[in-house]
Amino acid sequence: MTSFFQDFYLLGWVHQWQLLHVTMGYAPAWALATIAGILLIAFPLMLGVAMIIYADRKIWAAMALRKGPNVVGPFGLLQSFADGLKVFLQETIIPSAANKALFLIAPIVTFTVALLAWAVIPFNSGAILADINVGLLYVLAISSLGVYGTVMAGWASNSKYPFFSAMRASAQMISYEVSIGFILICVVLWAGTFNLDGIVQAQKSHVWIINGFVANPLLFPMWVMFLISGMAETGRAPFDLTEAESELVAGYQTEYSSMSFALYWLGEYANVLLMCALNATLFWGGYLPPLDLPFLYFIPGTMISLGFFWLFLKILFFFFIFSWVKATVPRYRYDQLMRLGWKVFLPLSLFFVFLVSGYLMATHHFCDADQTLYSDAGQYARMQSSGVCK
Amino acid sequence: MIQAFAFYLFAVLVIASGAFCILARNPVHSVLWLIVAFFNAAGLMVLVGAEFIAMLLVIVYVGAVAVLFLFVVMMLDIDFAELRAGFVRNFPLGIALALVLVSELVLGLGALKVGGLKLGASDGSAMTATGQSNIEAIGALLYSRYLFVFEASGMILLVAMIGAIVLTHRQRSDTRGQNISRQVARRPDEATRNERPEVGQGIQL
Repeated sequence: MTSFFQDFYLLGWVHQWQLLHVTMGYAPAWALATIAGILLIAFPLMLGVAMIIYADRKIWAAMALRKGPNVVGPFGLLQSFADGLKVFLQETIIPSAANKALFLIAPIVTFTVALLAWAVIPFNSGAILADINVGLLYVLAISSLGVYGTVMAGWASNSKYPFFSAMRASAQMISYEVSIGFILICVVLWAGTFNLDGIVQAQKSHVWIINGFVANPLLFPMWVMFLISGMAETGRAPFDLTEAESELVAGYQTEYSSMSFALYWLGEYANVLLMCALNATLFWGGYLPPLDLPFLYFIPGTMISLGFFWLFLKILFFFFIFSWVKATVPRYRYDQLMRLGWKVFLPLSLFFVFLVSGYLMATHHFCDADQTLYSDAGQYARMQSSGVCK
Repeated sequence: MIQAFAFYLFAVLVIASGAFCILARNPVHSVLWLIVAFFNAAGLMVLVGAEFIAMLLVIVYVGAVAVLFLFVVMMLDIDFAELRAGFVRNFPLGIALALVLVSELVLGLGALKVGGLKLGASDGSAMTATGQSNIEAIGALLYSRYLFVFEASGMILLVAMIGAIVLTHRQRSDTRGQNISRQVARRPDEATRNERPEVGQGIQL
């Protein structure tokens, strides 16, 4: 097996996995454990998306001094499920001039891609579906696929508004991916690894006792830019130009109805949750508690880890920020969006790559760093002997 | 077993989508089949242990190059009948190109089998760098042994980029540009004024 599959942990269920391994043999046990892990992530994620749509509407309503959904279930908690049932029972309409196959594949692509990237998010120490050493690159690769759902929908609908929306989407997503790449390079330089679990571990008591790169003055501006770029990348307000209702009706979703429309809806919110999880994992210490104090790691008196709790708390915090921005900030004009991406974020993030790498070289960061940061002892020894460290 | 299954799945899909890319009548479908081919090629690279290259393939080719390609093809209004007309005329040229590519492939494989090249094991799997991850191994080579080649290729790309900008950039004097900072700095009392015009009289703007 290649390194892609080697370091396999199923959400921390290492012992069960080994038990399966012994009784069933490697390959069937591996397949079973992986499928179980995928379901363990995907189902709670779908439930989370349903609840987060409700939370989004409640927050938005509260900021507009409205009540929001309050009819279905206690406090309107079941609103998303009622909406889901409604779209499920509706008729799927396919425009006669549409390219049928692509029209139906496009929402599936958006939805699938939104789920794929969760494979490398660490939910707790070792609780990660695919602990690959190119985890962050995998996230970048998957998020760059997200644009295809939109572009295919825009083209296959054979209608003017979706087509304009598709052209906007492809330009917008490419522009912001460039600056996101540079921002991620700063994080990777500091952490010394592409593995997301390794990046979280590298943030342990990063500044004094604070867990998280965000407390670092060189990386704090990077986090602000990452948050804004994340909003542009997921097409959230104030950068929701792909579905600007005052100009493009509903953008690429105009011709969609029923379940194909619902798939876009779910995929969009799953993407937003993923961006929140990435913000938490890359800059705010992921599953680590905010402060590096021993009693924050476990439920008091037990050995049960609080990693899940801290990660979910951070994801919810960032989702609140996303909702807050959506409720308060007016939509950007398209030329301003492009200007922000290419003329402000790109030079600034490039400058910070120089700044961060210069600082790390000047302070011999990799020479006196903790040896456990490295994936193997050999890399540490090579860094020591390579002449970089004097 | 899983690895063999994955290999045959990816390999068949690469060849099939490559064939469909050529055979598709619609250019947009061609580009989409090309993307499927890229994606499955990335899967093959993961299988031989080159996960870094696989990710780069997806990020660079699928995520950026193919998007721009699709963008252009979508906007072009192509006459399919006209496109098909030259098929018979260009057929010999196409066959010649294909033969050149096949002979290169055979030559390369032959050299590998004979042992003239030290690229990897002769069964097709990549040489394992002991105790190093993909990224470290590539980085160590690029920034030491191949440093000048690497820097030179970077310079060539930079020159090409500047050249493209210079060629397509044109100064237009008849357009009014946007000054974003001035627009943002504008306040209501600079932009509006209160007037109380006499009955029957207009306002001088």
